[in-house]
Amino acid sequence: MTKTRKQMGKRIFILFLPMLILLLFLLFPFYWTFVTSIKPELELYGKVVTYWPKEMTFASYSKLFGEFNFLNPMFNSALVASVTTMVTLTVATLAAYSFSRFQFRGKKLLMIMFLTNNMFPNVLLLIPLYAMMRQLNLLYNPLSLVIAYATFTIPFSVWMLTGYLRDLPIDMEEAALIDGASRPTAFLRVVLPVLTPSIVATGIYIFIQAWNEYTFAVLFTNESNRTIPVALNNLVGQLGVQWDLLTAGGIINIIPICIMFFFAQKRLIEGMTAGAVKG
Amino acid sequence: MSLSSQTMPKQAGRRKRFNIWPYVLVSPALLIVTFVIFIPVIEAFVMSLQRYDLRRPHKIGFIGMENYATIFQDDLFWKALKNTLIWVVAGVGFQFLLGFILALLLNQQFKGRGFVRAVSLIPWATPGVLIGLMWKWIYDGNYGVLNDLLIKLNLIDHSVPFLSQTSTAFPAVIVTIIWQGIPFFAIMILAGLQVIPQELYEAADMDGANSWQKLFWITIPSLKNVILVTLLLRIIWVANSVDIIYSMTGGGPSYSTQTLSVYIFNKAMVLDLGYASGMALILMVLLAFVAIPYLRSSFKEG
Repeated sequence: MTKTRKQMGKRIFILFLPMLILLLFLLFPFYWTFVTSIKPELELYGKVVTYWPKEMTFASYSKLFGEFNFLNPMFNSALVASVTTMVTLTVATLAAYSFSRFQFRGKKLLMIMFLTNNMFPNVLLLIPLYAMMRQLNLLYNPLSLVIAYATFTIPFSVWMLTGYLRDLPIDMEEAALIDGASRPTAFLRVVLPVLTPSIVATGIYIFIQAWNEYTFAVLFTNESNRTIPVALNNLVGQLGVQWDLLTAGGIINIIPICIMFFFAQKRLIEGMTAGAVKG
Repeated sequence: MSLSSQTMPKQAGRRKRFNIWPYVLVSPALLIVTFVIFIPVIEAFVMSLQRYDLRRPHKIGFIGMENYATIFQDDLFWKALKNTLIWVVAGVGFQFLLGFILALLLNQQFKGRGFVRAVSLIPWATPGVLIGLMWKWIYDGNYGVLNDLLIKLNLIDHSVPFLSQTSTAFPAVIVTIIWQGIPFFAIMILAGLQVIPQELYEAADMDGANSWQKLFWITIPSLKNVILVTLLLRIIWVANSVDIIYSMTGGGPSYSTQTLSVYIFNKAMVLDLGYASGMALILMVLLAFVAIPYLRSSFKEG
């Protein structure tokens, strides 16, 4: 009896207490953002800081959509992120299939090239891409963001999808090929159905990255096609800072990501960690 | 194991026959990457040799290494470089330490573990700008919750304007990047923990090893590879990260939070593109020194 009690005490001390502290640290900012977004202005800038609103209000949310037309940046973000996701998934799946199913000259070099692409600073690519978009007349066109986002989505997706494809059992595909199916048929009928969950997970990763991006977006967009992160940061300049609006915008920004993330997190984590764990 | 290597014996006779398909499949990705990465890197180099300031478009022209000469005499550049070093060492160091602890905790058996694990990862999926703004509000000197908490705990007796004085601004943004990076370390290390063979621990138990001995003689050595890869990735990302600092302080007050990436971004925002390109290339070369040992090892393993 005393022994189990002692073990319980130890468990609280070395497991639950540190976990509680870490989780509090990690999650409190989200709680605080939410609480701020539902406080009335008077309470927000009052003498006393309240940890739960005395009076709840969703005024900031309606103001955000009404006066500040927040639907517009939401639509722009969704558009840019979806198109980026589709383009990246298509080209990355093809490349990953090639890397995982063929031996060919220059393969190692190409794979390392895709890996190192993750390492170029965004601020390095940003500058020439800005000049290029300007010359191509693509500046302030959502397409410029889709192109720019390929700089970080394609290398990472190729890497992740190659890992997933390598882990797929190969027997069925081989059998189909021996039975006379062409490669494209074998890919569509045999590989694609089992690969779909991994493609979805990679797609969600790409979507989140594109949805969250700021540095390219602030330079490549203007008033009419700015994305959520740019719109959020612009709220600061325009108004001094209206924290109720800003936090409401933040909550709207992360809800879609959280939903997608919960949906895909298990497979996403498998894909992200596979390279490091095995490699 | 790849399909072609398994079927190799059958094809041995015609191994030399050139197969174009693998190249065709890679080409769309390669084409895009060439257009958005390789050409821009070269273009950046060419721009760095020019006076390329879009505010003075009629003055654009080649000036050789003049930008670089100016950069090396620029006090702000050296300050930014020093800040970058502190930012990366302190930021990544604590991310690693706390991420490691979180991973060890999440590796224990307890009720609701899956949920806790998913929830603790949310900071990683949050946009940098939003992270910056959330923390800016927490640090606020007038209505900020951190000041309120510290006053209630009697740790300070009047509010501290954390982000607007040079002594506290940099530590404050570093805490923010630590907060962002803990989850990534935790997931990577947790994945590494889960593939350590359980027999190693059982054998150590039989030899009467205590928890610390197991941690230092089994867990950490087994995680060496994961830790190195994760450190490398994080060092590169943190060194390149702009949005958190930019949305919290913009690099101020009096450049105390301006890292090299933020300095480059600030220069790019005022369209001084030649000078910004020069600094960005220097940053790239510095990061390459960090990445090369890792790349060499992955080259060897093939």
